[in-house]
Amino acid sequence: MGNAIDIERVIREMAAHILSLDLPKPLLVGIHTGGVWVASHLQRELDISSRPGMLDISFYRDDFTRVGLHPEVRSSELPDPVEDRNVILVDDVLYSGRTVRAAMNEIFSYGRPARVVLAVLIERPGRELPIQPDIVGSRLVLDDNEQAKLTHTDGILKLNIIRPGNTHEGT
Amino acid sequence: MRAPDSSIQFDENGHLKHFLTVNGLTRKSLVNILDTAESFINFGQREIKKVPLLRGKTLVNLFFEPSTRTRTTFEIAGKRLSADVINLNASRMSTTKGESILDTVRTLEAMHTDLFIVRDKASGAAHLIAAHLPDHIKVINAGDGRHSHPTQAMLDMFTIRQKKPDFSRLKVAIVGDILHSRVARSQIHALNILGVDEVRVIGPRTLIPTEIEKMGVTTTSDLIGGLEGIDVIIMLRIQHERMDGQLIPSEQEYFQRYGLTENKLQLANEDAIVMHPGPINRGLEIASSVADGSRSVILNQVTNGIAVRMSIMAKLMGGQEKRS
Repeated sequence: MGNAIDIERVIREMAAHILSLDLPKPLLVGIHTGGVWVASHLQRELDISSRPGMLDISFYRDDFTRVGLHPEVRSSELPDPVEDRNVILVDDVLYSGRTVRAAMNEIFSYGRPARVVLAVLIERPGRELPIQPDIVGSRLVLDDNEQAKLTHTDGILKLNIIRPGNTHEGT
Repeated sequence: MRAPDSSIQFDENGHLKHFLTVNGLTRKSLVNILDTAESFINFGQREIKKVPLLRGKTLVNLFFEPSTRTRTTFEIAGKRLSADVINLNASRMSTTKGESILDTVRTLEAMHTDLFIVRDKASGAAHLIAAHLPDHIKVINAGDGRHSHPTQAMLDMFTIRQKKPDFSRLKVAIVGDILHSRVARSQIHALNILGVDEVRVIGPRTLIPTEIEKMGVTTTSDLIGGLEGIDVIIMLRIQHERMDGQLIPSEQEYFQRYGLTENKLQLANEDAIVMHPGPINRGLEIASSVADGSRSVILNQVTNGIAVRMSIMAKLMGGQEKRS
């Protein structure tokens, strides 16, 4: 495969990077679904007691008039107020940046955070908006028709590269 | 009464483009509306109670018949989705000047309305309007005559599901003035589509339409016997304004035979819930102590009405613009 990634190690490195930022009152918020998994793993590494918030950004997507609502849209859950917190926004894959744009809009519907930093497990080139990550687990270059997809089975995260026609699994 | 053609609520791919009647919808489609509504239910607690789904869209509440709660919950639902909402009490406007419904609608269409919420005392009014609008304009039926009130039925299904998630074992009683009730008709369709065990219609013979059994219900004129084994009691409003002639005995006698009291409530299952689409005639179809009691979910129905209407609006308005 050539792009096999040790996800556990990558998440430990991301946690170390987050700690080095020395953020007061940190609040982890994961984007449904992959970002929530990564946020949960980061929470364990960072030893933060409160469970991460979960954002389902369906109501903030910019393609609603084209594709409609996802049938399995969930309620976002932010257990702690975001007001004046240092929000660590977590997603699995950063690509066009549109998801992160939607997530930031949604966060501000809950209040005014002191700061938002963006942590992503995988960064791949192809931004369509001026959005850049602060913490990057791993960088991955893929063709336009390829998709990086995180799966979660029994607490184990796995990265799959989906190509048209066939599916290769990385780790 | 002949039911208006419900096929016009679908586009050529079978997707819902108007919401005119529950009749003819699939279970999957109803469950999808309820599931999406679930994600809107906690909105009231957010700092900013709005999402941008319908930003830039214009929604007109076109009510040819008076309404407070339905119109208000549609207005709130539209505003929480960021639409611009305009309320028109059309009965006091152009129609009294002799302008026809369709002329009024065409005038509003020329103002670039995207979604009409229509209520009228004539059955089929929302269908008529939907049939005469261009494809990109959507219509939601907010009650047409005796025919249909589909969003009320959906919010009732949502409220039932909150308390009793397994529909397959439910016995539901609909009590009172079935004859004039568009709510009852829509509820019967929805309950049967969602697969409840039994829908039991209870009321005086004068207020139960003939051949209602064809809709898949059992009927009785005996409330005392009829409440046995019931999990959900839906009380209907006595609709004086729609009654020509004497259909019920005195109000006292009606209350005695068909009014839901604490004592009669004991005859249903012990965890039975009590519903009413409102507005309530206290002391006529329901005792105040029951309407305000612990088994009543009447105010939940109102709250849920906002989330369910948001869900239906989002379903109609999303995915319309074709990819270029």
